[in-house]
Amino acid sequence: MMPSFPGPKNERSEMAKTISIAGTTVELVERGHGRPLLFLHAGEGLAPERPWLQLLSRHYRVVAPWHPGYGNSSLIDGLGSVDDLAYLYLDLAAELEFENAVLVGACFGGWVAAEMMVRSTARFSHLVLVDPLGIKISGREERDIADMHALPRTEYLKLAWADPAEGDVDFTELREDELAAIVRGREAFTLYGWRPYMHNPRLKRWLHRIDLPTLLLWGAEDRIVTPAYGEGWRQAIPRARLEIIPRAGHFPHWEQPEAFVERISAFVGQSV
Amino acid sequence: MRVWYFSEMAYHPAWEEGLKRGSLRVVLPSSNFDPKLGHGLLNRYLDEFALCDEVGLDIMVNEHHSTSTCLTISVPMALAILARETKRSRLLSLGTPIANRPDPVRVAEEMAWLDVLSGGRLEMGLVKGAPYEIAPANSNPANLMRRYWEAHDLILKAMSTTDGPFNWEGEFFHYRNVNIWPRPYQQPTPPVWMTGLSVETGRMAAERGHVVGTLLSLSAAGPMFEAYRKRAQELGWTAGPDRFAYAAVVGVGMTREEGLRRANLAADYVRTSPVVAEPFTNPPGYNSLSANIAMLKAGGKRGGFVRDRHGNPVEQTTASIEQLIESGTCFAGTPDDVYDQIKALSDSVGGFGNLLMFGQGGFLDHKDTVANITLFAKEVMPRLRELDPAPQKAVAAE
Repeated sequence: MMPSFPGPKNERSEMAKTISIAGTTVELVERGHGRPLLFLHAGEGLAPERPWLQLLSRHYRVVAPWHPGYGNSSLIDGLGSVDDLAYLYLDLAAELEFENAVLVGACFGGWVAAEMMVRSTARFSHLVLVDPLGIKISGREERDIADMHALPRTEYLKLAWADPAEGDVDFTELREDELAAIVRGREAFTLYGWRPYMHNPRLKRWLHRIDLPTLLLWGAEDRIVTPAYGEGWRQAIPRARLEIIPRAGHFPHWEQPEAFVERISAFVGQSV
Repeated sequence: MRVWYFSEMAYHPAWEEGLKRGSLRVVLPSSNFDPKLGHGLLNRYLDEFALCDEVGLDIMVNEHHSTSTCLTISVPMALAILARETKRSRLLSLGTPIANRPDPVRVAEEMAWLDVLSGGRLEMGLVKGAPYEIAPANSNPANLMRRYWEAHDLILKAMSTTDGPFNWEGEFFHYRNVNIWPRPYQQPTPPVWMTGLSVETGRMAAERGHVVGTLLSLSAAGPMFEAYRKRAQELGWTAGPDRFAYAAVVGVGMTREEGLRRANLAADYVRTSPVVAEPFTNPPGYNSLSANIAMLKAGGKRGGFVRDRHGNPVEQTTASIEQLIESGTCFAGTPDDVYDQIKALSDSVGGFGNLLMFGQGGFLDHKDTVANITLFAKEVMPRLRELDPAPQKAVAAE
């Protein structure tokens, strides 16, 4: 069960830093130069050691926070909701004086990104949602979002990864502090998304407020939220288009990092 | 010592199917429940509870949801019947899973009503609930204990406030006019119980003077009771044995063989209880950070709470009756055997004043259950009373 990736590892001294926002401490990675890109991570974790960050930072100044409760960071006031995260990251964008920034949110981070954008798009020029959670499309007796918490880990990996072996983690090999970060992340993910399950019933109603060019990037083999769910998102956001990444599941930025970065660069480049 | 008879009111006819499917809880469809068989079982179990009143035992009822291990889905419903069918027994609700209940004021109302109906015989357990209760309730496990404590405080305030209404705008619960009728028979509230396995629970219970109970495992009981006594001492009072409860399966017979046979049948409760589809056994936030780290390190293996005398986990699903006696999970044999085992365990954890007696479980039939209850009441109970002749109710410093 999620998440499987710890907080900052050995590269901590080199890349992780903290910044105080609205009375809470945000831990983040900053890498690269140029146009700012705020990356909001998946329920599974940030995993900055995977290639996606290095590749993305060749094109952008990537700022990637750990959500409060993940990694070494604390929950906001010991609790917190997705609303809190939306305001926190809007404050972060203001604090860092972002202009024409790119906002990228994956999975749970996509939900947070959408919640930010229905509030204010002022500091951003482009929105990229990667297999986002967060909205309800189908009827009350159907699920749009797989119940990740009702699945054994092996079953979860089959739904979330095109190649489940890629997502497997041998927890027995990890250090105690890494395991602690994983456990804390699991609790935080649960806190934010347990009920209603991984969505805000009112969010879809307001997605029309997103006035930015929006790219919905979807792993062709994602069965946590399928490309059909992505089509629902596309219809709800006025200037959105949906692109499918082959041989990727719920985490295209991990399974197909080159394609992930190419699609973002092409999208931002052509629609400036 | 007081003894509280208890049965989970199991629907054992579905166990074979549940074991085959790997889960007796949450995901076992109710097509495996035959309502006609259930009708007979529920009435039989309530008769067995009522018998306790005649022979001088107290009564404990619990609840679970979405499971073949326990048909009681509402403690107050069962206790409402028993309040009318009994005259002397004290009635222990152990308890209401208050962090899974959407409406704490309703809990306060039901408990107060039961207390009035029974003439002040209610003892009120406010419990966290088992991890697999999270899914049927769909309550958020990541803030379970914050919700627990807010519900706890609200329930006690609702029951003890006589000049209401009062206002409550908390993190989880919101009311503008709390003013329950009836108010409880016992003032300011019936005695409050908690359950747990940890040192932390022991401390928290001590700070409120509540009774604390633990289940089936002496290796958890010792440290928890010790933490309670220590915290009480720090707060300026001495916690007597009446603050502590210990739950175990009990099988007593005219011969050792008969007692072991009864305990062995009732112990199927212990063997079936942990058979739950894996994803529902450890919802994030339910268990502590350190317990979860230990589980990940062990490759996802969970140690159950039944431990041997050296603290090593006992495989609950296959444990023999001898192993379960060794781990303090079962007391079994002749009346002498059972008395000796209870006394030894009580002594080893500093003394408990309440035994929660699983006197029925699964395939232990009506005849055996009646014999188990009556023989225990006749031959063991009087000696346990002598063991702790005058339990002094401790009073919190405040």
